[in-house]
Parts: sequence; structure tokens; C-alpha cells
Amino acid sequence: MNHQPARVPAAPAIRRGQSAIHMPQAALDVAAIRRDFPILHELVRGKPLAYLDNAATTQKPQIVIDRLTRYYVEENANVHRGVHWLSERATDAYEEARATVQRFLNASQPGEIVFVRGTTEGINLVAATYGRVHVGAGDEIVISTMEHHSNIVPWQRLCEEKGATLRVIPISDAGELDLEAYEKLLNGRTRIVSVVHVSNALGTINPVEEIVRLAHARGIPVLVDGAQAVAHMKVDVQALGCDFYVLSGHKMFAPTGIGALYATSPLLEAMPPYQSGGDMIRSVTFERTLYNTPPHKFEAGTPDIAGAIALGTAIEYLTAVGYDSIAAHEHELLEYGTRALSQVPGVVLMGTAKKKAAVISFVVDGVHAHDVGTILDTAGVAIRTGHHCCQPLMHRLGVPATARASLALYNMREEIDALVAALARVHEVFA
Amino acid sequence: MTSDLQDLYQEVILDHNRRPRNFRALDNSGRPGTGAPGSGDAAPGAARIRKVEAHNPLCGDRLTVYLRVEDDVIKEAAFQGVGCAISKASASLMTDSVKGKTLAEVEALFERFHRAVTAPPDAPIEDLGKLSALTGVRQFPVRVKCATLAWYALRAAAEARDEVVSTE
Repeated sequence: MNHQPARVPAAPAIRRGQSAIHMPQAALDVAAIRRDFPILHELVRGKPLAYLDNAATTQKPQIVIDRLTRYYVEENANVHRGVHWLSERATDAYEEARATVQRFLNASQPGEIVFVRGTTEGINLVAATYGRVHVGAGDEIVISTMEHHSNIVPWQRLCEEKGATLRVIPISDAGELDLEAYEKLLNGRTRIVSVVHVSNALGTINPVEEIVRLAHARGIPVLVDGAQAVAHMKVDVQALGCDFYVLSGHKMFAPTGIGALYATSPLLEAMPPYQSGGDMIRSVTFERTLYNTPPHKFEAGTPDIAGAIALGTAIEYLTAVGYDSIAAHEHELLEYGTRALSQVPGVVLMGTAKKKAAVISFVVDGVHAHDVGTILDTAGVAIRTGHHCCQPLMHRLGVPATARASLALYNMREEIDALVAALARVHEVFA
Repeated sequence: MTSDLQDLYQEVILDHNRRPRNFRALDNSGRPGTGAPGSGDAAPGAARIRKVEAHNPLCGDRLTVYLRVEDDVIKEAAFQGVGCAISKASASLMTDSVKGKTLAEVEALFERFHRAVTAPPDAPIEDLGKLSALTGVRQFPVRVKCATLAWYALRAAAEARDEVVSTE
């Protein structure tokens, strides 16, 4: 029940209160971390699993799985409702999880964290509330070429509804945003900028502070899609200066179906509700409804209570391991993998930005990504193949699809070696 | 190579992937052409080319299947597009196999092919000639749609449905 991350016996010492930033970073004990994730010991077609699809979803440590179970075994009740003991306990745990997300993102208060199903719902919420109020005919919304469909389509629909225009920041061949072009896109009609923090398809880490600075100089708010950032780097929303930040729990070792939207208090206060129903109201008569205060105004219906609590546990786990060690480990793997893959004949790497998270996207000359994916799968190597929900980006890169290895804290060099060995089979088959 | 992989990427499939047959557009001139609108002058009374696009939203693959049909008989079949080895080989083998068949025969072949590639992995394999090579996808359920993509376009074209078909 009180399962602690195995590799950090000394962790609590650096966990509470003081920052780990200035401490010398011990190398990650990957073997110990792997023991925390039961699924990593599964065999795939009789072979050890090499799970290199973390940008799609991450695996869950036992401590998160146990937290879900403990909630249902010991604490399950509806939140913000009953006067009974169990309901109070569930509410406390749920609201404590909100505070954990707040501290994790360095938001100034828990009320700035709205629980949502995930990044997709977070962006849809902002488009449907803030967007509907502030975007009108002739206005403009700025996104980038490397956005996931979930940061394109909600804005596209809003533009259609309002007669507004979607403007797109171009990228270089390396997969970096063209900031000069971005600045030129901003004008008096720009109502919001919505960009990805870390590209899911290429791994590019975008200069969010600079993007925010340029937009704020013109009074334009910025939403940052943090889905691919939060498992790999420390995010401080106040340092970034963004107005909205969205994340998905399942991409940071928490369950699926839970995520969070950060928005500054004045924005949340002014935004109209999203969905309506129970819990988001203060009082209802048939004539008139008074809405609850944020964040509850945006959380209609019974939320994913267990998911939110387990998200809090995943954050505690990540924090205990330490972002500096995680980043150092992943960076080392990225360099190792990039070197190894660039030596495989016929492999062309896609996305070579100077600042990259541990995502290696590639194509194999003359072989479709799906065929690559199937052959790798028979070797136990799980990667993603396809357009990664970034069809406009694929179009820009001039490929129908790529193969993508995306790494996390529990990955090892041996798994990259397995990927490279499996790529030799691709050549065997398609020689 | 594992035996599952050998079943999937049989020599006939690799060959059709490397050198896809009938890989071109058809136009109404009756000559092999580009398929661009307005290319080729349709002779009076000549069969109109039926053209259907197939799309797999899962992977973004797109194929276009062309049929030249006269008196309910397929005189010519061709395809173009981007796809994986399975979808390309399937389209190539398909266009080879339907030439000279009546529309009713094509409909029946669609059914037999569809049954063959979606059967459980251990079910006996119906003899479909060279098309049987595609039954290796049974071991890889996510690849079944690659094998059937062109066939959905074929069926729509045979039924003279003017639409974009999708695997989803």
C-alpha cells in the first residue's frame, strides 16, 4: 500500500521544501525505476518489451496503480456533496490532488487548476469559452505548423463559427518555429496564440517564453499545449508567463481520462462555463442559475476523482525521481539513439531541432512507416508509426508518415539497440 | 525472420510492392494517361472511367482506383497513390485479378477476399490464387485495413458509387 519509488531512498530529503536544482544529480538508477513499472516486464511475442511509444502514452508505476485501487477500496464517495465522512475524505483527496498539480506547475493558487479529461478537452474548453467570447468575424487565431490535430481542429471550428481566420507559424526543415514569421503574424486582429510546448512528432522544444513575450507585447493571450512536456521537464507556468497551459495525465505516468487546464484567475473568473450541470452551479431555479466559482464552474458532473488523485501520485513520483536526473538520462538516450539511428543505412531522421526532447522520428528509405512498425513489433519493439495526428506537419515534411521512437525515464540503451537490430530486419525483408 | 513475418511479407507481396502492376491513372481517352481532369477526349459512346479514392485515416494512406467498364465487364483496372507494402501489393494484385471479370464477379470476389483476410489466423485459407498471399495479415489485425483499402474503392467503383471511401 505504501509503495515508495524504489530507487530514491534518500529522496524525501530533497523532496520536501528545498529545490533539488543545485544538488549534484545522481545518475538515474534505471533498473530500480523499471521495477516500479510492472508492465515493462511483459513479454511481447516471447520477447522482452522495448516500449518506445511514450509520446502516445506512458506506462504506470505500481504506486499509481495502487493509489487507484486504494481510492476505490477505502475512499470512494462523490466529492463536494455529502456531509458524510467518506465524501469528506474523497473531497479532501481530490482537492489535495489539485493542490499537487498547482505546486507542480507553480500556479499561484489551486483555483487556477481545472481538472479535464486531457489536453484535448482542455483546449476545447478554452476554445469554447474564452474563444467564443473573444473571437469574432475578421479576427485571427495563431497556431503553428507542428500542432497536434487537437490544437488545430478546435480553433478551426471556432474560426468557421465566427468567420475568423487561422494563421499558421511556419517551421524550418529542422522542425523549428520561424519566430520572425511568427512576429509578423501578430497584429491587432490576433485574439489568441496557441502553440505546442514540445512537438509530439518531432520532439522540438519550442521557445515558449519568447512566444509569450512577443504576444503579450501586443496584449494577446497564449495557450501552451504541454502534453509532451510535463513528463520530461520542469514546467513553471509563471516563469513561462503563459495564460493557459494544458496537460494529459496519461502522458506523465498517470491514468488515462484525467488531465489539467491551468488558466490565470482573472481569465477563469471572466470565462463563461463550459459544460453545465451538477457541481458547476451555486443555485438553480427554473428562471435562473448562478454559477459556482472557478475551478468548479468548469467541472460539471462527477469528475474522474480516482484519476485526479492518481495524477497527484504520479506527480509525486516524478518529483521524487527528480527532473534533473530524468532530463539528463533522457538527453543521454536521445544522443545515443540519434547517433545509432543515423548510422543505419537508409534511415533519415526527421526533426533535428537544436533543443529537443527525447523523440526520434525517422523514415526508412523506400519502406513505408507501417511496414517498419510491424517488423519492429515482431521483435518486441513498440514504436508509433503514422502521421501522429499531425497531418499538416507531415505534409510540410513531405512524407505520408514517420516512425517514431519516444523515450521516457525507464528506457535503456539496450532498448535502442533492440530498435537498431530490428531495423536490420527491415532491410532483410525489403532488400 | 519470424514465420509470421514471412507469412506477411511473402515474395509475391514484396514483388508487387517493388514493381506495382497497373500503377497509373486511366482517363477517358482509352489510352493510359495522367488522369488529370480534361486530359483525353472521350470518344462518343466510349466507356467513362470510374474513379474512386480510398482513404485510411489511421495512417493517412490514400489510393485511387480506376476502372474502365464496358457492358458490365472490367476492361481495365489501375491505381495510384501512396501506401505501405501491403496496401500497394494488394491494389496491384487486385487490379491484375479483376481484368475481364463482370461486375457481379467482382462483387463476389470482394466478398471472398474480405472473408479470407479477416478470418481467424488458424482458419483454413481459401484458394484465391495469388491473392491468397495477402492472408498473412490475419496474424496482424491492425494491418487488415491495409489489405482491404483498395478493395473498398474497387467495390464502390464497381457499384458506380462516386464517393471517397474510408476504412473507418
